[in-house]
Amino acid sequence: MTLNPFVIFFAAIFTNNMILSNFLGMCSFIAVSNEIKTSFSLGEAVTFVLGFTSIINYLVYHKILVPLNLEYLRYIVFIIVIASFVQLVEMIIDRYFQTLYYALGVFLPLITVNCAILGVSLFMIIRDYSLVQSVAFSIGSGLGWTLAIVAMADIRQKIKNNPLPKGLEGPGITLIITGIMALAFIGFSGIVQIQ
Amino acid sequence: MREIIITVVTISSISGVLAFLLSIANKTIANYGEKTVTINEEKDYIVEGGETLLSALIEENIFIPSACGGKGSCGYCKVKVLEGGGQFLPTEKGYVTEYEREQGIRLSCQCKVKEDMKIEIPEELFNVEQYESRVAKLENLTDKIKLVRLEFEEGKEMEYKPGQYIQILTPIYKESFEEIYRAYSITTPPSSKNAIELFIGYAGGICTTYVHDYLKAGDHLTIVGPFGDFQYRDNDMEMILVAIGTGMAPIMSILRYMAEEGIDRKATFYFGARTREDQYMIEELRELEEKLPRFKLKMCLSRPTKQCKWTGEVGRVTDLLKKFEENGENKEAYLCGSPPMIDAVIPILKDKGYKEENILYDKFE
Repeated sequence: MTLNPFVIFFAAIFTNNMILSNFLGMCSFIAVSNEIKTSFSLGEAVTFVLGFTSIINYLVYHKILVPLNLEYLRYIVFIIVIASFVQLVEMIIDRYFQTLYYALGVFLPLITVNCAILGVSLFMIIRDYSLVQSVAFSIGSGLGWTLAIVAMADIRQKIKNNPLPKGLEGPGITLIITGIMALAFIGFSGIVQIQ
Repeated sequence: MREIIITVVTISSISGVLAFLLSIANKTIANYGEKTVTINEEKDYIVEGGETLLSALIEENIFIPSACGGKGSCGYCKVKVLEGGGQFLPTEKGYVTEYEREQGIRLSCQCKVKEDMKIEIPEELFNVEQYESRVAKLENLTDKIKLVRLEFEEGKEMEYKPGQYIQILTPIYKESFEEIYRAYSITTPPSSKNAIELFIGYAGGICTTYVHDYLKAGDHLTIVGPFGDFQYRDNDMEMILVAIGTGMAPIMSILRYMAEEGIDRKATFYFGARTREDQYMIEELRELEEKLPRFKLKMCLSRPTKQCKWTGEVGRVTDLLKKFEENGENKEAYLCGSPPMIDAVIPILKDKGYKEENILYDKFE
């Protein structure tokens, strides 16, 4: 089935949200969602890294691994590619784009190990997307991730001063809220499905 | 067979190419060349650019206090950056207050040396060094507090003031996967330069667990020090010393120093413990009472049991202070112990007329 890239883009944001339907990228989602501004920067950084790594991984997979019949190596190769790409980008923007570094660069090391990044690269291979579809999928996933973390940060800021049972403070309540948000997002699932 | 070779070659070449790219980037993009760090407007240090300020200074043998080892999670490694620190980072936000930020205070483990810098650090930090020590004695003072005696190699001496502390580099052991620094006050007087003693209480933390359950006499420990501006001040004011638990450590150093130097000052030491089993070093304190004619020890137990047969004061140190202290206008107070104790004692002393600048404290966190 060939899906329109726009459909994939839309679905990646709403119906197949990385966090709310796949529960990927949870560690930084829980750790950094205290403040809207930081969450937004982290979301931007995720989108940026997703966009580029999916292209590189797509090329590496189809131009190197497939011709050599080494598809099963994708897990290792994708991880290596993502890690080195993030390192490289961090060095570059640290040196040449100071303002960008302060807004986004400090979050890059956090993203290296974000499973949403690896998840997107794997999904695009498993679902057999073309390059254009992959780009649409990865950018959409990044935006969806941003949407979820910013929404979470907003909710957490609102409930910051509310009394909570001691054991639920921090990650506990965040997980519960994530669950409820995920339920709400099921409402979108009737619109379009990509998997 | 062929497949295995292809796999190995592919993986190696992909990683090889990426590693090559990264090392080129490291040599070119991340290479900032040599930069000058000027400390306190007098000393210039040439350091490798691109590193964090903290590690650049460690290479020059200047040890800024840091408990987390540069991960930006303890907030101890603050320095004042006058020039060239770049922008304030989001990762520093939780540890540097608005007021400090205006003063130019930065976390040295986050701020990188990318240009020539001018910074200010307390003069005493030049004195801080790393020492390799051997555990010469390990003794139980109570069932929760151990005395640890550390001896340095021959000829190595530490210059410190009574009241200061050192940091132990806790190595990786069974229950901890990272090296961390933890601070402990020195209990010996400054004349003991080749060896120091510490009181280490069991609190379930990484370092206390290590010391209580794993450390043996004869082991080697790396320490860094001395640190701290909680120090004995040389004047004639009457002084009170207040401690609970291992808070006695720096106070012991002060009292031993006074006894050695024959300093005749009116002094009262308020020492609080839970039960009689939690009291320690009492014999030596009694001896100090004899050596120092105007020194008095006042103790209290907060939860004496029947077995204690305690006839002294019952309550916390705060109760003792309320009962015995008055007119603190010309007195000096040295407080040492847990943060709640210190936070409870300071208002009481202020009520009794102590001036803010004469209340010195060391919170054991």
